[in-house]
Amino acid sequence: MKTNDIILQTATKVIAFVIILFSIRLFFSGHYYAGGGFVGGLMTSAALVLIMIAFDMKTVEWILPINYRFLIGIGLLTSVSTGLIGVFMGDPFLTHYFGYFDLPILGKTSLHTAALFDLGVYFVVVGVTMTIIKSIGESE
Amino acid sequence: MNSHNIVLMPVLLPLLTGIILIFFRNIKVQRIISLLSFIVGIGLSLYLVTAVHTNGILTLDVSSWNAPFGITIAADMLASILVLTTNVIGFSSLIYSFRSIGTGRESYYYYTVFQLLIVGVNGAFLTGDIFNLFVFFEVMLMSSYVLLVLGGTKIQLRETIKYILVNVISSAIFVIAVAYLYSVVGTLNMADLSRKIAEIGQPGIITVIAVLFLFVFGLKGAVFPLFFWLPGSYYAAPAPVLALFGALLTKVGIYSIFRTYTLLFYHDIDYTHALLGGIGLLTIIIGVIGAVAYWDVKKIIIYNIIIAVGVLAFGISLSNETGTTGTILYLVHDMIIKAALFLLVGLMARIAGTSDLRKMGGFIKDYPLVGWTFFVAAISLAGIPPLSGFAGKLMILQGAAEAKAYFGMFIILASSLFVLYSVMKIFINGFWGAPIKTEAVPSKSMITLLGPAILLVAISLAFGLGVEKILPYISQATETLMNPDIYINAVIKE
Repeated sequence: MKTNDIILQTATKVIAFVIILFSIRLFFSGHYYAGGGFVGGLMTSAALVLIMIAFDMKTVEWILPINYRFLIGIGLLTSVSTGLIGVFMGDPFLTHYFGYFDLPILGKTSLHTAALFDLGVYFVVVGVTMTIIKSIGESE
Repeated sequence: MNSHNIVLMPVLLPLLTGIILIFFRNIKVQRIISLLSFIVGIGLSLYLVTAVHTNGILTLDVSSWNAPFGITIAADMLASILVLTTNVIGFSSLIYSFRSIGTGRESYYYYTVFQLLIVGVNGAFLTGDIFNLFVFFEVMLMSSYVLLVLGGTKIQLRETIKYILVNVISSAIFVIAVAYLYSVVGTLNMADLSRKIAEIGQPGIITVIAVLFLFVFGLKGAVFPLFFWLPGSYYAAPAPVLALFGALLTKVGIYSIFRTYTLLFYHDIDYTHALLGGIGLLTIIIGVIGAVAYWDVKKIIIYNIIIAVGVLAFGISLSNETGTTGTILYLVHDMIIKAALFLLVGLMARIAGTSDLRKMGGFIKDYPLVGWTFFVAAISLAGIPPLSGFAGKLMILQGAAEAKAYFGMFIILASSLFVLYSVMKIFINGFWGAPIKTEAVPSKSMITLLGPAILLVAISLAFGLGVEKILPYISQATETLMNPDIYINAVIKE
């Protein structure tokens, strides 16, 4: 029998965006407030899991055709290369650099290479969570 | 700024290789990349050994935060030598894997996890921070869980559950021990810890923490009452993985005992080191009983790991210069020769189609090279004079005589006899006698299967014959271990 989950699906369409926006906010606030790559990544995967529950895995794959195992690799590569910037500048591994820049719309912004490292963490967390959930969900 | 990024390269190289291997699904490409990575790794660690030999301890304050506030990576001579040994063993196991591990495992990230295991081991050897040591332990252990279970046969699943359970508990105790230490001393950098413990002169609570660390590292390194998980778990692993585990994992536990008991907890020797020595001797006895009792080639060598761990623990407990030099020599020798023996035993089991010694016989007719390589490895393990096992054990015995531990001397000498008996049992029953029907191994595979074992035995032979050449390096390592001030001054620059 086919169950009717129109309320869940309609609510998900709105809520998933809110969750993803909140996770991005958490990710970017990590340096000055509570948050960071880890919790941001978990929150993003929570949104994806919600879509999976409301619809099904094929829908999520259609929306985001990503190989999550590659995402883990990309995340690790991002973090390690951030560390390697220090090596190429002649400083110890993982030395970070920062500065203040005047960007067109945002105005005076502080940019820090630690955010790149966090981006790697974010990718790895999303990749690992989604790989675990997908492989358990797909196995018979 | 004076930065020695070279110190971290033995960790970064396998890490990068492992990450890159995630993207390449072609097995041939994976093999070539990991092989190249190990060749570069051996070169890097050779360079590290010579650099440490000429310049003394090299340190790297990661992310430019000076010790004790940041994480410091410190390569002293002991760590550099062990990193070199690790790379050589990894290289040999990798070549052996090519034709024995099977494409099923290879296509499920075998080489990635292999590289990450090396990351964990090298990192544990090089780190100068006690919590970072914990993190590298976990990197190593998680990779070892995957390597142990990869393939998914029944025995692997059963033994992996035990292995994970034991290691999760020991990791939890590790965290608790670090928490106690941090609450008493208030720092995590090992050099700073050593300095502050020396200032307060190791009160009772620090001795309790020292015993807690002995418990944790003893569980990882399989000393007497805590060895129970090892025989079953290691038995489940395929030969090249078993060689990696047998040669590296328990030795990381031993290295950590070595580091903490020479650098941090050396003020109450009468209690902590006497305890360690007693445990070491009991470990030898248990290992000997197991090695003599079994008729399974893998089991016999697995119990020989436990014997070696006992000898090393006893050597560390002596805490005099001769004993420590002997322990370092024996540690390096044992890592190399255990890897060689596991590869050879794996090859024997493959030829016979079983690891039961009673069903083997007469291999020497068809496989003379395997036989004589095994023979050299076996007598080297027992410590026959021109070979590599001799010098280390001799110096441990000398150290025991200096410390007037005559009972320990007796146990070690007697254990050598039983070690020789157990491996000769394999040689006599496996290689002599009437030939039995064997599975023919194609001669093309023999190069990749036997080659790494011959390489390791050749290194072990060179190690034994050229002990005079190596001794300056070893005594430099001993000097650092016996004088914690050298380590502290190298890490904390004021």
